[in-house]
Amino acid sequence: MSTGTATDAPQKRAPAPATATYRTIARVLGTGAPVYALLIVLLVALAATDPGFYEPDRFLAFVKRAAPLVILAAGQYLVIVCGEFDLSVGAIVTAGVVAAAEVYGTYPDAPWALMTAGLLLAGAAAGLLNGLITTVLRVPSFITTLGMMLILEGAVFYWTGGSPQGRLPEDFRRLGRDTALGWLPWAVLACVVAGVLVVLLMRSDFGRTLVATGDSERAARLAGVRVRRVRVLAFVLSGVAAALAAVLVGGFSGVSAQAGRGYEFEAITAVVLGGVALGGGRGSVVAAMAGAFSLQALFTFLNLQGVSGALESTVQGVIVIAAVGLGAADFSRLRRRAHPPGPPTAAPPAPATPSRTHREGHPHDPQP
Amino acid sequence: MTGTALAPRPAAAPAKSRTPLGRHRLADPAVGVWLAAAAVTALGWIVVDARGGDFLTLTNVVGILQNSVALGLVAVGQTAVILTGSLDLSVAYLISLGTLVAATTMEDGSVVTGVLAVLALSAAVGLANGLIVTGLKVNAFIATLGTAFILRGWIEDNYTGPAGKVPASFQHLGYDRMGPVPVSLFLLLAVTVALWVITRRTRFGHHLYATGGDEHAARLSGVRTRRTVIAAHVLCSLCVGAAALFLASRLGAGAPWAGTEARYDLESIAAVVLGGTVLAGGRGGVVGTLGGVLVLAVLDSVFNQLGVDPFFKNVVRGVVIIAAVALYARRGARRSA
Amino acid sequence: MTRNRSPRPRRRPTAPTAAAVLATALLAALTACSSDAPAEAPAASGQNAEQKDDSGDKPSKFFDRAEYDRQLTLSGQTPKGPAARPWEQMLAPKMTDTARYRKKGEADDVDLCFSNAGVFNPWRQVGLKNMKAEVELHDEIDDFTVLDAQGKDDKQISDIQELAGNKDCDALIVSPNTTATLTPAVKEACGKLPVIVFDRGVETDCAVTFINPIGGYGYGAVAADFLVDEVKPKGKILALRISPGVDVLETRWSAAKLAFEKSELDVVDVKFTDGDPAKTKSVVSDAIARHGAIDGVWMDSGATAVAAVEAFEDSGADVPPLTGEDQQDFLETWKDKKLTAIAPTYPTFQWRTPVIAALRILKGEQVPKEWKLPQPTVTEDNLDDYLQDGMPPLHYAMCGCQKLPGFPGAWGGKK
Repeated sequence: MSTGTATDAPQKRAPAPATATYRTIARVLGTGAPVYALLIVLLVALAATDPGFYEPDRFLAFVKRAAPLVILAAGQYLVIVCGEFDLSVGAIVTAGVVAAAEVYGTYPDAPWALMTAGLLLAGAAAGLLNGLITTVLRVPSFITTLGMMLILEGAVFYWTGGSPQGRLPEDFRRLGRDTALGWLPWAVLACVVAGVLVVLLMRSDFGRTLVATGDSERAARLAGVRVRRVRVLAFVLSGVAAALAAVLVGGFSGVSAQAGRGYEFEAITAVVLGGVALGGGRGSVVAAMAGAFSLQALFTFLNLQGVSGALESTVQGVIVIAAVGLGAADFSRLRRRAHPPGPPTAAPPAPATPSRTHREGHPHDPQP
Repeated sequence: MTGTALAPRPAAAPAKSRTPLGRHRLADPAVGVWLAAAAVTALGWIVVDARGGDFLTLTNVVGILQNSVALGLVAVGQTAVILTGSLDLSVAYLISLGTLVAATTMEDGSVVTGVLAVLALSAAVGLANGLIVTGLKVNAFIATLGTAFILRGWIEDNYTGPAGKVPASFQHLGYDRMGPVPVSLFLLLAVTVALWVITRRTRFGHHLYATGGDEHAARLSGVRTRRTVIAAHVLCSLCVGAAALFLASRLGAGAPWAGTEARYDLESIAAVVLGGTVLAGGRGGVVGTLGGVLVLAVLDSVFNQLGVDPFFKNVVRGVVIIAAVALYARRGARRSA
Repeated sequence: MTRNRSPRPRRRPTAPTAAAVLATALLAALTACSSDAPAEAPAASGQNAEQKDDSGDKPSKFFDRAEYDRQLTLSGQTPKGPAARPWEQMLAPKMTDTARYRKKGEADDVDLCFSNAGVFNPWRQVGLKNMKAEVELHDEIDDFTVLDAQGKDDKQISDIQELAGNKDCDALIVSPNTTATLTPAVKEACGKLPVIVFDRGVETDCAVTFINPIGGYGYGAVAADFLVDEVKPKGKILALRISPGVDVLETRWSAAKLAFEKSELDVVDVKFTDGDPAKTKSVVSDAIARHGAIDGVWMDSGATAVAAVEAFEDSGADVPPLTGEDQQDFLETWKDKKLTAIAPTYPTFQWRTPVIAALRILKGEQVPKEWKLPQPTVTEDNLDDYLQDGMPPLHYAMCGCQKLPGFPGAWGGKK
């Protein structure tokens, strides 16, 4: 709903020092404040339940397990922040794993690097298709990616006759399963690299135009942003992220016909937990990735607690609703008090972002 | 009933005098989807006939109609929430829980208590959804996904498999036919007509469209948007409850996967947009949705007859959904241009 | 995007129209002149709602002592029939007369129809391939129609109605998606043509024959007894289950639970994995961390066996004795890593039997009322007999398909 936007008065050009400090904190944490709190609570709870949790190899194993979801959340963030959805990522993961196994079935000696690159390229192609259908044909992305999900799952299983015919060789699986230097899981490394890249991306011009596009497409277009191109690129990057997740998941656990099941909802949940508004224009990518870690920490916590498998999903549902509800409430209060200018992402707003133009011109743009 | 599809559009109004009425009708998604359903039927008939089959047999037509009922009920309800710009992803688990509640209540009590219990449950879930969306300001996607998880846990914790038994008297709903027409079809038609009246002929319906069209403007003009969204969610869940009752009567027992295996959550949304309702809200209606459901059911039947690989079906469904919505978007653009 | 702010308010009253339709619907319900429902309500089920099994200590509602005893007895018997073709064998058969189903006229013009619950897992995919290949073996089968319900009970009910109403079908094979919910539809079909039910049963004995292997109790008990033998007393057992509420899997677990309760083993965790290898790895490594060590793993099906093995390897622990299923990837891992393992099976060769039974019925030959198939177990001794190189990882070794037309290519294997 339209929290915060209605009261979003024109910026104060020279804020008082006290509010400035407050604003800095608010800006650094962005809308993600609740997720960091949740993550800390969960990590403390994990330590309390299981004292060995912070032994280096155990903790790294936890991060390794979280890596695919974190990468998916980063990709999903790019799409959500520009005002779209990507429901096809779970299907891309499944299709990626199954297709890799199928190709290995025919060419057992295919080099792993080539295969990985091929998957990333295929993920980019699926994302490109999503983006083009959404922007050029103007199909809502919810429908585009829902259709893509049906098409990808149907196509890959039609191709393989229902189950993959090959297996994933050890060298391909190394990225998801093995460690570098004997202690650092490759997956953790991939996750860190992807995280750094996406943070840099969001600090670049592209990142700002992405947020501006999600904030108000019209204003962004008026400010000279090539809205279509920006959105298509976001979908492409989400597709690549999903393909990378497929490499990690396939490496971690091998061939499975349901490798990506449910990942689309988990990724979107993670992003929203991170305080990113569905509908776009608000939220930081770091918080989105923190959302993914929180979700994984929650799963691990429930597992270690020995919560009856059946009740797990109830707890998950309650926590997600509560966290997002809390975030929404906090956020509106924060904004009313502090009026932080521009989109509260980790990136400081540039002096003349299109977003600012918009905020002055269209204070009542409805938020979904 | 197709006349209702002529929802007036401010932008289209001036064009109306220039374009012939017929073209205008054709351009309307709700009319278009019914024509598409007819076209798919004709095409299916030709293809199946060419392969030596017989498409338009009584059993087959009855089968198509019968298969539309459950999805139809859910999709009609889903239309109400989507019109307000919200959506409901908890429908699949609500159906599962509904069948279980219906079957277990009817086993010990009477049919009436069973029906009431399911409707009460549905109304409560709808109310919860609506309150979370409007009160806590949680985006509908996440709110209803969260509700879905809560319902799932509830189901898995309380039921370890199919449970309960529906009395024979209640099974008439699922199995009886009046002449060739399944009785359950009348349930679907009754619910659709009720929803149509509510959305098109009442003040509340007016608010529904207004809220979905532009919530801010609606609020400024005095519409209680929160109340409207909550009521839409309750209405949707009641339709889902009706679907659960129908499935319980057909299955003869409650099944924990009655709603999820059929993916009623995403399927119903697909049917709604296929029927020309705009996902962002404010435009569309239940008549188109019913057409969307019919298209999906006819396609399914054609594939059945041709023995198409079930995985390939999904590919076609995906393409059809995207293509249909792309077509609507193109028409909408031309009209507003 | 132009948005329609509000529909034009209409003045024309429509309430009468709506009322008329509603009245018609009501009338329809009252005067319904035909019904597809079976004459009587479904037989009282043994699955009636005894809810709340949350503690896990109460006997499961799925546990049926008499059936448990019967299955364990059957496991010890020698089946009748050709040993090389277990899909034609039968245990303790009580033959039933089928003369009234004998097909008149040309015997080489049989149309078989099959309502399949779906092909949503590799077990069913291998099975359907077996069945289709079996059909190819018989020239007298003119047409074989398969309707796939994609896991939806409601659709399978319609599918069965459609096939039963189809004049071309000489016999109907049904693989039910759910026991309780498909009973009415099967009953209705029984009145129209000979019905053959296999895999999961229905709560009626109207089918000419019900084909299935020994069953879940036998499966679960074999696996649990193996661990009782192999693991030292007080050993910690981890039980991995796919998901709650699936009858076939519940019987496996209830038999295993009984065996573990009688033993001195300690079942430390019972976890659901959804059949997802990634989740399995997480669950197993968490269990190792939480309990220090795991001395044995019991699984209710084999899809997650390899993931469990990998979880032990990744955490640097030895792989303890564990149970799996006859899936290719597990058998290969077993052999490569010289595991201590056992693989009870729920053989996919049972998909061949319904076709054979249908043809016998249409010829008027006797078939068993309940056709109990043997349920071989893969052990260390016979592992090499069942493990065939070149098959895809999700293939089931107990397919009985080695001599069928199109093998191994049609099953995704290489010569």
